[in-house]
Amino acid sequence: MKISRIIVAPHELIHACRTVIANHGRFITMVASDECGREIDRFVVRYIFAHDGKSMLNVVESVLTESNCSYPTLSSMIPAASWAEREAHDLFGIFPEGHPDLRPLVLHDDWPEGVYPLRKDYALREKQERDSFSSWSYPKVEGEGVFEVPVGPIHAGVIEPGHFRFQVMGDSVLHLEAKLFYTHRGIEKRSEGMSVVKGLYLAERICGVCSVSHALSYVQAIEQISETRVPERAIFLRVLFAELERLYNHVGDIGNMCAGIGYAYAVNHGAHLKEQLMQLNDFIVGHRFLRGSIALGGVTEDITEEKLRYIETTLERVKKEFNEIVEQILSHDIVVNRFSNTGILSERIARELSTVGPTARASNYDIDVRRDLPYAAYDQLVFEVPTFMEGDVMARFKQRFLEARQSFQIIEQVINRTPKGDIRVPIGDLIPYSFGIGMTESPRGENVHFVMVGENNTIYRYRVRSAPYANWPAVPICVPGNIIPDFPLINKSFELCYACCDR
Amino acid sequence: MTEIEEKLSSRIKQCFARSLHIRHVDSGSCNGCDFEITALMNPVYDIQRFGIDFVASPRHADMLLVTGGVTRNLEAALRKTYEATAHPKMLVAIGGCACGGGMFGDTYAHLGGVDKILPVSVYVPGCPPRPQAILEGILHAIERAHELESSRKGNGAYAARTSNV
Repeated sequence: MKISRIIVAPHELIHACRTVIANHGRFITMVASDECGREIDRFVVRYIFAHDGKSMLNVVESVLTESNCSYPTLSSMIPAASWAEREAHDLFGIFPEGHPDLRPLVLHDDWPEGVYPLRKDYALREKQERDSFSSWSYPKVEGEGVFEVPVGPIHAGVIEPGHFRFQVMGDSVLHLEAKLFYTHRGIEKRSEGMSVVKGLYLAERICGVCSVSHALSYVQAIEQISETRVPERAIFLRVLFAELERLYNHVGDIGNMCAGIGYAYAVNHGAHLKEQLMQLNDFIVGHRFLRGSIALGGVTEDITEEKLRYIETTLERVKKEFNEIVEQILSHDIVVNRFSNTGILSERIARELSTVGPTARASNYDIDVRRDLPYAAYDQLVFEVPTFMEGDVMARFKQRFLEARQSFQIIEQVINRTPKGDIRVPIGDLIPYSFGIGMTESPRGENVHFVMVGENNTIYRYRVRSAPYANWPAVPICVPGNIIPDFPLINKSFELCYACCDR
Repeated sequence: MTEIEEKLSSRIKQCFARSLHIRHVDSGSCNGCDFEITALMNPVYDIQRFGIDFVASPRHADMLLVTGGVTRNLEAALRKTYEATAHPKMLVAIGGCACGGGMFGDTYAHLGGVDKILPVSVYVPGCPPRPQAILEGILHAIERAHELESSRKGNGAYAARTSNV
């Protein structure tokens, strides 16, 4: 992947980004960093755009001085930039002028004002007292018969923490406000100064169920900096792991979505199939979530011919059962009734918010990193990227089904075509203060890792824009107009992970 | 596995009148441990056959399974959940992060292991621990609660209930 950098003054940012967008650049994310240690005064903002199909990224960057750390907001032009700019405001104290909503995002309201933990002069372990005077402010619907239903952060099921306020009239939702970032662990700060080898373990633990995608994004960013050529066998095995991860997620989600309507038969069938796939993962690499399979410069362990054949026979059986169960689910009247026309995400909003993955594709926004900015061995494999027009729960359900079927096919090709050879090469020395951007298509969509290395092969700045981070802003928009009991279903149809959003 | 299963069944019969109710709390996990707890309910492990069930409210729960190290943003929610839990308030820390902070350790947003703020009965390490390990952790927690209770009450309530079974 080629990265071309455009360096401009802060007041020229809007113009430069507009030019990139006019040349078909797709906004991915914004990365802020404090680079006072390397003779730069002091903050740098980088807007990253992808040119799909051309294997090229544009980085529009600008330096903000400590005395005047404000820059014109791009949120009015690119709504998807809103969260990234809010986050940079929380963590670095740099100010996007004209931003429509600068409420705290990552650090909650009890974090004291004027303290910015991601600045280089803030010590990693420094704790702050809680500011008990400020409270969460959010837009409210008022009037006769309007009630508010608070939910979370500890939910009734075994799920992750998030807080929701439903403003309702009867059963119908008028407005939904979501408060996230409960599982914010400070991973980006934690990684600073860590060796790039150790950083891989951290990357794998950003999210439990997208471990391979996160690890792969991270190692690709590092390999980009060191210009390492990963051996052929390793890139095929990377595809194998990435697709096995997609499979257990998609198959599990198909069952899990039925939990949103209390269809226990399908839930248990889905869970049983998923368990078989996780036991297969365990058999291949010794970890149910495939952790530890990806290494810098390749993969950690070779997969024997015998294991490849075992994968083939297991998947053959799972595929058959999977097709049968999906056929049964889709022939159920209540399923069709509840899934259709529920939680519609329009194509326009999907594009404006730069949503990614199955969510975007189910709303006819046809993007897939595997095809548009190919990595590993995806450019040597044949697969299709299905899309749907409707953007409702049913479309997202069918989207996962068709994608899982493609994954079965991809794995079949990998098993038959993986060349012999090395599985790992050492990565060379890394030039201090150079950065790389690694992108992969996780089961939930595009994962983007920005890694800048410092002296002695350590991490200087690490920013993760996971797929859920891109998709979460779309969820509260889809819910109004639906009834409260449909929220769990809509939420499950997006299947967004909180941990990789919050980091 | 079968040995643990038998012990678990008989202990739950003795100590909790055939039903152990658990509340899961995510205090900042990466989702891995949560998925393994969910896996306990699938048809392969089927934890409900031992009389164990996951409940919606901590007020109905005998035991908390906590996953993830404690984040600043979830500290208050975790404390409130613990306060609302019924006695004997068994708390099982699931996974490396809940046991001692894991990879994330001590940061501006992450306090570390659950025992920094609450008493933990049993630690189940692993990243994430396998479903079998979680099951064994639950069994150890029951054993400990049983021992504590019987030593406190002599031949009290638990012993009486045992003889009725």
